[in-house]
Amino acid sequence: MSNRIVRLFAEKNKNLLNVYFTAGYPKLGDTVTILQALEEAGADLVEIGMPYSDPVADGPVIQQSNDQALENGMSLRILFNQLENIRATVKLPVLLMGYLNPVVQYGVENFVKKCSETGIDGVILPDLPLQEYLDDYHEIFRKHNLLNIFLITPQTSEARIRQIDSVSEGFIYMVSSASVTGSSGAIGSTQEDYFRRIEAMQLQNPTLIGFGISGNASFARACRYANGAIIGSAFIRVLQHSSDLRPDIHRFVGGVKGITTK
Amino acid sequence: MEVLAQPAFEVDEKGYYGRFGGAYIPEMLYPNVEELRQQYLHIIADSGFEQEFRYLLRDYVGRPTPLYFAGRLSDKYHTNIYLKREDLCHTGAHKVNNTIGQILVAKRLGKQRIVAETGAGQHGVATATVCALMGLECIVYMGKLDIERQKPNVERMKMLGAKVVAATCGSQTLKDATNEAMRHWINNPTDTHYIIGSVVGPHPYPDMVARFQSVISEEIRQQLTEKIGRPNPDYVVACVGGGSNAAGAFYHFLNETDVKLVAIEAGGQGVTSGHSAATTALGKPGVLHGSRTILMQTEDGQVTEPYSISAGLDYPGIGPLHAHLYDSGRGIFASITDDEALQAGLELSRLEGIIPALETAHALAYLGRLNATPEEVVVVNLSGRGDKDLATYSKSLDL
Ligand SMILES: Cc1ncc(COP(=O)(O)O)c(C=O)c1O
Repeated sequence: MSNRIVRLFAEKNKNLLNVYFTAGYPKLGDTVTILQALEEAGADLVEIGMPYSDPVADGPVIQQSNDQALENGMSLRILFNQLENIRATVKLPVLLMGYLNPVVQYGVENFVKKCSETGIDGVILPDLPLQEYLDDYHEIFRKHNLLNIFLITPQTSEARIRQIDSVSEGFIYMVSSASVTGSSGAIGSTQEDYFRRIEAMQLQNPTLIGFGISGNASFARACRYANGAIIGSAFIRVLQHSSDLRPDIHRFVGGVKGITTK
Repeated sequence: MEVLAQPAFEVDEKGYYGRFGGAYIPEMLYPNVEELRQQYLHIIADSGFEQEFRYLLRDYVGRPTPLYFAGRLSDKYHTNIYLKREDLCHTGAHKVNNTIGQILVAKRLGKQRIVAETGAGQHGVATATVCALMGLECIVYMGKLDIERQKPNVERMKMLGAKVVAATCGSQTLKDATNEAMRHWINNPTDTHYIIGSVVGPHPYPDMVARFQSVISEEIRQQLTEKIGRPNPDYVVACVGGGSNAAGAFYHFLNETDVKLVAIEAGGQGVTSGHSAATTALGKPGVLHGSRTILMQTEDGQVTEPYSISAGLDYPGIGPLHAHLYDSGRGIFASITDDEALQAGLELSRLEGIIPALETAHALAYLGRLNATPEEVVVVNLSGRGDKDLATYSKSLDL
């Protein structure tokens, strides 16, 4: 049985939109509503953030959504309960993104099993180092058909990118610039040089560009150099100000993809 | 070059002390941390480095610091108490031993800017000081709450030319300042060095900081030999926030099994009060700020907001070396409450004419529970002076 992420990239390799949102935000019970709305609106894959008290790779917008979600009572246990039946309605590949400590406390093997039972296809844990993953986690992930997605940045050496490419499956997450999430810096020529450099490496895995993608212009620009792009903070900002989630999500996703809605 | 010697509780090649340590950092920090990992041992083993480090510790910091026999305190506790006077270091605490070492490393790595976190402000002041000395730009993150309770140190940092930035997330204390400093480093990866202030963070920081602080126990051994004819005391007592002064005071005794190593954590209002920073009593293994260590956390793995009257001990973790000392039984861990620490600070002031930092006062307060005999020798690491805490002392003790 192949993984939904792998199947997606086999079917479609251009202009893929991956949207991040924090589980349990703005309200504890919003997780599945947002997930379903993203699918209807035309997102290609989704990352659900597992909120954490100390998200060091995140800027203020995602930090605040993590704090709010925790205050709302979100936990991994509750998240898995909320997601229990998603595969009855949701076809999209779904990833969980978060930090290592809550996963370790849940129990790595339990976590991986639970992901697989729930129909989660991949995981992004920025503070799980490559070597530790390979030594201690890879077998468990493989056994349960769960992909671990690695990040590369403009500072990642070519040798390390090659190594990451050789152990990756699904896609590689290209962090657009040296920054935490939610930086306002637009995609400029430094980023484009880096995107071209990676493009020229002809990696075996598809790439998605994330961090600093905020709307149609930056999305389209990133898609010129990669198979798609990832939006996080800009979407969290929409949720933050939304009084009616579904139409707001439709409008936002349509806008990013360059489809105008009535 | 005894400062560079390796103890058996040394870090292994993967960066672990037993099951603690490692480098759990996002990929954005990997090149920086990897550069440091590959270079730090070469840099500090270089004779030019060693010379400059030793020179600055002597002529700038004022080392060796005295090992003072505290007669009146010894009488009170019916034993022999020596105080290692790190409070007499330039800037008033042990923190400067580490910042001198790290600024020399940063210069050799070609970095132009320094970022640091601080709790009590002592590490911030020590960092601002060495940045002024070397002409490097300095940015210090400090929890908003700590900015209020350690005001004199904020003013010192500003006087020294550092930019002090308030960390307004979470509990607005040391943990949050550390998060912000790490984010700053992610945002400025090429020209900036992060001077971590304790034996915490990803490998190689815990080992590097411990080596720079190990001068404390190196001197204790020489000084005790001169004073009592043997290098080993029966006890070494130190407070533990992240654990750098304790690591320095323990370092050359780690393999000396006749020396009992006593680490004192901040009990806050009491270990079971819900307002505490007693990490080993309340924590379990977890990952924070780049290392696997013992961590105060909820069942779901969310980091708990600690509490202590002392800003320098108000941290939910301890360095991985200390987690290993606890786990292996090599270290004796205990906690002291706010009130006990305040009383011990007052006691040292009145008996010996030395006003200790509130952090250090936690170590001193343990003397009442140590039950050392009249023959035994106890060294307390007097990690810092208490000027920065006068407002808290005055208010809490109704002076
Ligand atoms: C005087 C003093 N002692 C102890 C500490 C605690 O830090 P560590 O455990 O790293 O020595 C601090 C921290 O600010 C301090 O200022």
